Amino acid sequence: MLQRLRRRVSGTMVAMWLIGLAILAVVVVGTIRTLASGAYSGAEWLDLSIYGIAQGSIYALIALGYTLVYGILRMINFAHSEVFMSGPFIAYFAATAVDDAGLLEDQNWVFGLLIVMLVAMVVSTTVAVLLERIAYRPLRRAPRLVPLITAIGASFFLQYTFLGLFGSGIRGYPEIEALKGRMMIPGTSIPILRTQLLVIVAAMLMLAILYIFVQRTKVGKAMQAVSEDKDAAALMGIDVDRIIVVTFVVGGALAGAAGIFYVLLFHQVHFFMGFFPGLKAFTAAVLGGIGNVTGAMLGGLFLGIAESLFPNLVLDGLGIPAPYQLKDALAFVLLVLILIFRPSGILGERLAVKKA
Amino acid sequence: MKKSFAVLTVLVMLLTALAACGGGAALECPEGDVCVEVGPDEPVRIGYAFVVSGADVTLGTDTKRGVEIAVEDKGQILGHDIEVVGEDSLCSAEGGQTAATKLSSDTKLVGVIGTNCSSAARAAIPIFCGANIPTISPSNTAPDLTDPGRPEDYWCYLRTAHNDLVQGAAMAEYAYGAGFRAAATVHDGSLYADKLQQVFSGKFQELGGAVVAQEAVGPDDTDMKPMLTRVAAQNPDFIYYPIFTKAGGQITKQAREVPGLETVQLSGADGIFSADFMRAAGDAVIGFRWSSPDFAAFGAGYQDFLAKHEAKYGEKTLAPFHAHAYDAAMIIMAAVEKVAIQGDDGSLLIPKKALVQAMFDTKDHTGLTGNLTCDENGDCADPKIAVYECVNADPESWNPGASADSNPMKIWP
Repeated sequence: MLQRLRRRVSGTMVAMWLIGLAILAVVVVGTIRTLASGAYSGAEWLDLSIYGIAQGSIYALIALGYTLVYGILRMINFAHSEVFMSGPFIAYFAATAVDDAGLLEDQNWVFGLLIVMLVAMVVSTTVAVLLERIAYRPLRRAPRLVPLITAIGASFFLQYTFLGLFGSGIRGYPEIEALKGRMMIPGTSIPILRTQLLVIVAAMLMLAILYIFVQRTKVGKAMQAVSEDKDAAALMGIDVDRIIVVTFVVGGALAGAAGIFYVLLFHQVHFFMGFFPGLKAFTAAVLGGIGNVTGAMLGGLFLGIAESLFPNLVLDGLGIPAPYQLKDALAFVLLVLILIFRPSGILGERLAVKKA
Repeated sequence: MKKSFAVLTVLVMLLTALAACGGGAALECPEGDVCVEVGPDEPVRIGYAFVVSGADVTLGTDTKRGVEIAVEDKGQILGHDIEVVGEDSLCSAEGGQTAATKLSSDTKLVGVIGTNCSSAARAAIPIFCGANIPTISPSNTAPDLTDPGRPEDYWCYLRTAHNDLVQGAAMAEYAYGAGFRAAATVHDGSLYADKLQQVFSGKFQELGGAVVAQEAVGPDDTDMKPMLTRVAAQNPDFIYYPIFTKAGGQITKQAREVPGLETVQLSGADGIFSADFMRAAGDAVIGFRWSSPDFAAFGAGYQDFLAKHEAKYGEKTLAPFHAHAYDAAMIIMAAVEKVAIQGDDGSLLIPKKALVQAMFDTKDHTGLTGNLTCDENGDCADPKIAVYECVNADPESWNPGASADSNPMKIWP
């Protein structure tokens, strides 16, 4: 009995569980001490959560691009962060034009914003599709490392193309007067920034549409089939190339929209802006279970909330000064922990079986 | 016999002397020093390591122009033209290291003006000093760089920028004098920002004010609202974030969106004293206050400089350190004239260690920024700090000063 137990439980496993328990204990102690100190009011915690959801829904939209492509091609499209950057960057010129035409003022702002968003989505989609056609399709049968390295190369190529064409300065997006300030979430008494409400609602809407698209439509089902087994899908009469292009189109359009949401919140574009959000979204995709659509959405939201809430909630109680400079470190520690304890991610179980 | 010996000795001495004077190759470098040889028709080469790309590009461009105007004003050094070469040192340790390594490999380089940021300096200075290249910075302000206990391998480094011991204290005095009692600070992990907020906090507390929060962000962070919510919980009436353009712009914009910070006084330092920062911050920049060099206290030549600048580049100066860069270049060039060994054919031999010594010996140099005297730790500045307030959010209106149409407007002292 004891022997069998010893055979099942290896030394490394015990060590890992101990590390896990230690981390959990640190988190719990930090949280309790912060809450017990009562330094922050309920309204402040609510604000922090809302900031996290707004940031998280942007991560979720970008993460979907990583996860969709991974699900179908089993490759990590590291150039996706540049797909995200290119949309709002080019749309900046549309935005200034629209602003000059007075379309961001008064009642017109919805129309103006839609134009800008359309431009961003079209540009991001174009970049994504070109990437697939030029950089990835010729390598589809190559070993898995090859397209990965190509993706990193493509990422650098795009970054430095934008640097060469438009310079390295920061460009500030015009602001929309109607979206300034705070309002109450309709039907409640929770105050929220107008931009954040818009971003959260629009992002959730897109996530819902995408979910229905993947689960219910014929093309979505074809995508699932290709993800399951490309060759079998082709035998069943599915045009695999077309489905792959559709995947890149969907990922690109979502990244373009995410880019516009990003500039609505942060108002700035520059050639390197995609790098960190891209890395975070990749983390979110892995958190949720890469290849899993719902997982990417949940992973993105979770990471956004974690970044906004955890430094204050956990690190403050542990007496760490200026905890928000550790935000990025926290996100990547989460990534490492997930890779150690649950390599398939929060919702990745079924996929792990599939791949095997 | 004796006579002939005497004649021979005289002849030998004459020959040696002739050999020493004739042909440039025979110029001898002082023992223990390392020399730059400049051929008869070659220019004297001076380098710069500035941030000439990225979000803080105005800081670098501004100082680069200061150097260019200084070189134009100087014209020639001992009959040689002056050539300026440069590398991008960015505003980071990595950038400083790359630029310093590239520049140090140039054996014809006489001296370097740079860097712009203290973080870049910390990586660059040991490399320059290892190559015996005199280095003088127009805008690194962190106290560590010229601390009496600074490392041995900083021996070749001086600066014309003020020491932040002065800037931080000045801002604290202003803030306390203006009635603020609860200050919060934010830094971005850079040497410059961290030290400056420490100096400010120390002085502010010494005066009797309270420092209620000392926060930090990453230089590339965008979402500042969670950090600002934390700051708001401590109810500050004054926030000082002496950081750089990207993060500084985000904090300025987002502070007004965080409950509790709608009316708090926002302020920063010379690193974001530029129109580009106003562009990044948008309308929220109105009322923003900077600590920065006091242009009104600059020397008599400053107005001429401004006229030359506008004529040459077609715009006003971009950031606060152009005059410091002009002075830095002038100090190097004056020191070269002092130590260079001239050959008959017009060639020069410039001993670099003696050059560093000559720069440290600079006394009462009449510069644009005041009367400069370098101390034994490398501080050459004649520091006078003012506080400016933004009165117009339009970046095109950038014209710092104290006159009626100035923006930002000098409000202290």
